[in-house]
Amino acid sequence: MILDAIFSPEFLNNTLRATTPILFAALASAIASKSGVINMALEGIMLFTALFGVIFSAAFQSPWLGLLATMAVGGFIGFLLAFFVLRLKTDEILAAIAINLIANGATILILLFVSGDRGISSSIQSIIIPRITLPIIKDIPFLGEVLSNQNVLTYISLIMVAVVHIFLYKTPLGLQIRAVGENKDAAESVGISSKKIRYISLTLSGVIASLGGFFLSGGYMTKFTIGMSAGRGFIALAASAMGGNTPIGSFLVSLLFGAAQALSNILQLGAWPHELVQMLPYATTLIGLGVYSYSRMKKRQRLTGR
Amino acid sequence: MNSNTKLNILRTLLAVFIALLISFGIIFLTSEEPVKAIVQLLTGPLQSQRRFGNVIEAMIPLIFTGVGISIMFAANEINLAGEGAFHLGGLAATYFALNTALPPVISPLATIIVAGLCGMIVTGIPALMKIKTESDVLVSSLMMNYLILYFSTYILSNILRDPKAGAVVSYAVPSVTQFGTIISGTRIHIGLFIALAVAVLAYVFLYKTKLGYELRVTGENREFARYSGINVVKITLVSQLVGGTIFGIGGGVELLGMYNRFTWTSLLGYGWDAIIITTLAKKNPIYVPFAAFFLAYLRTGASIMSRSTDVVTEIVTITQGIIILLVVAEQFLSKYKHKIIAREAKAALVEKEGE
Repeated sequence: MILDAIFSPEFLNNTLRATTPILFAALASAIASKSGVINMALEGIMLFTALFGVIFSAAFQSPWLGLLATMAVGGFIGFLLAFFVLRLKTDEILAAIAINLIANGATILILLFVSGDRGISSSIQSIIIPRITLPIIKDIPFLGEVLSNQNVLTYISLIMVAVVHIFLYKTPLGLQIRAVGENKDAAESVGISSKKIRYISLTLSGVIASLGGFFLSGGYMTKFTIGMSAGRGFIALAASAMGGNTPIGSFLVSLLFGAAQALSNILQLGAWPHELVQMLPYATTLIGLGVYSYSRMKKRQRLTGR
Repeated sequence: MNSNTKLNILRTLLAVFIALLISFGIIFLTSEEPVKAIVQLLTGPLQSQRRFGNVIEAMIPLIFTGVGISIMFAANEINLAGEGAFHLGGLAATYFALNTALPPVISPLATIIVAGLCGMIVTGIPALMKIKTESDVLVSSLMMNYLILYFSTYILSNILRDPKAGAVVSYAVPSVTQFGTIISGTRIHIGLFIALAVAVLAYVFLYKTKLGYELRVTGENREFARYSGINVVKITLVSQLVGGTIFGIGGGVELLGMYNRFTWTSLLGYGWDAIIITTLAKKNPIYVPFAAFFLAYLRTGASIMSRSTDVVTEIVTITQGIIILLVVAEQFLSKYKHKIIAREAKAALVEKEGE
């Protein structure tokens, strides 16, 4: 019965849906990591932007203008992280933890201040980004049911995989980002300002993560609830690390974690104890990380002949 | 005290001051009665014995978590599973106390040992994964927290739940296992002494033993430590096992002292509180109780403030975040530092010429 559920087009459709926020964050993490900085603040950025998405889409009465404004917020937080790490020489992990902490408190405070709501943004009239049916594709058996009728942001996330790939591997700026990440001093010696590149990378990282944050409260769900990023920013760190910080690798691993999330969502409705089922995405990430790291270690040992 | 230490203290105080100013600014912007709120936040805990008792009660778990993370951070192991270790410690303490019938004194002692062992497992898994598969401790330890949360909630609602109680809570821990209060009129319990003892022992371990020295050297520079013949794999394991044990004991102590029933259905955030404490204490366990007192005072003040005004307690997490950012920022006050160094160098020159 469960197997039937897993191989149904419905499940794969849900998998893409659940993958979307993780994928955005994983792409964000990939760009930051390629430039040589770990962006652990993704969790906080997603939480902040999930809230601002609701606020802005209600204020502008347009999800698209709301999304645009939210992206600016995400970029700003990414820039702030860069400022602390690069200008003030703050440890990148501790700076990110601080941002995540601030996000936890500030989202509650801002929600209360803006709407008087506690816990969930029930009185904010936010507008979500719609789902669309794809012409032609929707008529293809099976595949149509999987791919069509998704949220526009889900399609954007898939397109972003290609965009980030081209950006990193086919543009001069992408090359500079990778150069700084590979060897900062070598990049500096040919006249690349590593600071500037990292500012750009972290800001971009924030912008892309904000799409994931917006999706959480304006697509995946229809309201903001406190703590709704629920570790997805951290899962995304694992996804991009396991995907070798490449966009395509990050996408494949995100799909795996998205599937675990979707499976957990389905099983919670059944007879299974929902607490144990909720462990699935995190357990998958932990085990996946172990398997990936182990094979990478073996490969390196083989290459160095030890 | 050399000028560097003095400067460090000055920087930390200034960071705290700025963070508080920013928080006051936020209170002024959002509150209808900002002055009352700020007065409550700053002086609330001093207004009665019970309230000051609340500060000490809140300080106890923070000491454990601050010491636990200081040991892991001193070895430069960024293991953030302390949150989960604390949580599981509380669960294990409840489970063990409910399923054993031991005499007084032995019972609470055995219970917190079990809690410590369970905490050790939680931080031990990422440590073993790092050693056996070279997995990044940061990510694996974060995943542990969520796994422990859902696992604990499962055990609570399916095994330990007291059906007679209205909410989802466990059966009450037998009274022989519970900690008594040591000061009447407050809920301050014997765990305070355990916490302070742990802080002192951890200080002795880190600064007065060979293993502790090796641990700190490895934390400073792993490659140097390896070449000096230190078994860095052992250090990786030991630091995280010890750290997790302390977190686990903290969870057990908190449960026996303050709760008596397991009621935790969400992560309590002690793992993150530990970060600010170790930041303020500069990874030195002996300073941890002071940092824990500061945070506990702020928390208690915030809680009093939120009860009597329209400002919510979460304002404190913002203060915490800003303090971490400023204290860790190496360049914060760096110009001033350079000035001091230049002045001292000049003074030394003048002295030499005078000879």
